[in-house]
Amino acid sequence: MSKLRTLMTAAAVAAGLLAGAGARAEDPFKVGFVYVGPVGDMGWSYQHDQGRLAVEQAFGDRVETTYVEDIAEGPDAQRVINQLAATGHDMVFTTSFGFMNPTLKVAQRFPETKFEHATGFKRADNVSTYSSRFYEGRYVVGHIVGRMTKSNVIGYVGSVPIPEVVRGINATLLAARKVNPEVVIKVVWVNSWFDPGKEADAARTLIDQGADVIMQHTDSPAPVQVAEERGMWAVGQASDMAHFGPGAHLTAIVDDWAPYYVRRVGAAMDGTWDSADTWGGLNTGMVRLSAYNEAIPEDVVALAESVRKGIEDGSIHPFAGPIVDQDGRRVIGEGEVLGDEDLLKMNYYVEGVQGRLPK
Amino acid sequence: MNADWALVASGLLTIVTAATPLVLASTGELVAEKSGVLNLGVEGMMVVGAIVAFMVGVETGNGALGALAGAAAGAAMSLLFAVLTLTLLANQVATGLALTLFGLGLSALLGRPYVGAVFVGLPDLWLGLDPLVWLSLALVAGVAWFLQFTRAGLILRAVGENHQAAHDIGYPVIAIRYGAVAFGGALSGLGGAYLSLAYTPLWIENMTAGRGWIALALVVFAAWRPWRVIVGAYLFGGITIIQLHAQGAGLPLPPQLLSMLPYVVTIVVLAAISRGAVRGRLNAPASLGKVFHASG
Repeated sequence: MSKLRTLMTAAAVAAGLLAGAGARAEDPFKVGFVYVGPVGDMGWSYQHDQGRLAVEQAFGDRVETTYVEDIAEGPDAQRVINQLAATGHDMVFTTSFGFMNPTLKVAQRFPETKFEHATGFKRADNVSTYSSRFYEGRYVVGHIVGRMTKSNVIGYVGSVPIPEVVRGINATLLAARKVNPEVVIKVVWVNSWFDPGKEADAARTLIDQGADVIMQHTDSPAPVQVAEERGMWAVGQASDMAHFGPGAHLTAIVDDWAPYYVRRVGAAMDGTWDSADTWGGLNTGMVRLSAYNEAIPEDVVALAESVRKGIEDGSIHPFAGPIVDQDGRRVIGEGEVLGDEDLLKMNYYVEGVQGRLPK
Repeated sequence: MNADWALVASGLLTIVTAATPLVLASTGELVAEKSGVLNLGVEGMMVVGAIVAFMVGVETGNGALGALAGAAAGAAMSLLFAVLTLTLLANQVATGLALTLFGLGLSALLGRPYVGAVFVGLPDLWLGLDPLVWLSLALVAGVAWFLQFTRAGLILRAVGENHQAAHDIGYPVIAIRYGAVAFGGALSGLGGAYLSLAYTPLWIENMTAGRGWIALALVVFAAWRPWRVIVGAYLFGGITIIQLHAQGAGLPLPPQLLSMLPYVVTIVVLAAISRGAVRGRLNAPASLGKVFHASG
């Protein structure tokens, strides 16, 4: 299904771009984007496309952008990336973890083209990697939900149990317990990044089981809608989901790729680009929180803001000890913080998260 | 105790709503297959029904009009399929798959301005369930009665069992199949409309997320009997919801396994019923998927 679409898009890209080749010197700087989902997903790929639009806005006629959406992770991806490089793109952003090896292979063949790969860990002279510390946003949100819950149960709609998602759950719990030691988190995994129906069912289940705040690490706004319908609180994911549940939506943890994309394209244009690994947090603007719900008491907003500033200036670390895991095992003690290495392979729940982490 | 009952009641309601799009789409496909036409485009018809219903719902603010438009869009999609397979004698399997691809692309195109739009959802009619749930049950009853007890139903089944014989007696095989396919398309469209108007009132690309394929499997699971479609759909919805509850309650079961369960049960039931007597062991219409040409 998506294979055929990919083939067709690849062909369209080839046809469209071959026509524009030639006379390179006066050409605008060409930037290509490869998305794993449709731009209309209201989540991950949508936010990357917002970043692309910001690049166009920032540089106007000096850039020309192309995007290819809904590209399956696998051999198709390599063909599409290759196509973009071969049709005179000076820079290519590949925005899903599974595009890692295809990106590197194509990068070898096109040493003059600059590549940027999201969420991966393999680099080369012309391949940079970048990701966001989404967990910093969740740590701020944890303080809010810890104060807003009356039942002391936070419902969490999980996608797939990988360290990225587990880190978010743990950061939320550690923060919530700072302000409310009674808080527990119930997690329901839906085994999908995107299935509105199932996400909604998971949210309903969690509310039925006593949760009065719904958080999610899946991409559709369905859980926010369910919370609105049932009169509960919710926190949006990836993009601002407030208009799907204006009453319920406390805030959203927004992936904002725009500042990074503008900065990197700018660097590539003026020749200062180099291969780097960026894991940006709140202080880089790559993660931010959308507007707070007016129903949140002022002192809670003030607390959240102070935590946000603390993370930005480095005085607060979300994973500062003591941290105890679900089985009572001490992970780190007072005065220690978890390093990036440990964060990247986090595979346990901290104390207060209910249920077992699927292995 | 009271809270427990509330939990059970709420869980049951969730199961019923989760099953409703499947009941609608499966019942429609069952009628088409009973007439001998295999339309694998259910997913595509559902997703087009979902976006058209949502567009009309948002523009008019009227859920009933939206549902009607969704059904009409599904029927229009199925007529495209009917022209290709029944009039131009294209292969049904390939055409059905193409219809799904076409539907996914078309709905994404139509839906672009509607991503992020808000629709209020359908009101509850009775027992906390919206009108489409009740309509789905009425439709199953109606289809069961039609196929079993009416002359027209008998003719439709005859066309599905042996189109040559039906033609020789003088029944308009192609016309009857057009009707059955259009009905199937309308119900698929209505199933999609249920998703975008009631279940999760929003539009997102590919929001049917594979439910059309499950609906197809349910027809086989139900051995082409309308009442069993309800059993199958509610069983499927039930397992899905119960596994979510099990997770929330912290039962140490791997969610991957639980997500797989509904499909495993489908396979097991298929295996079990296909062990029955050889004659019509699956009760499949004998002419299902076969091309009919009047001269042949």
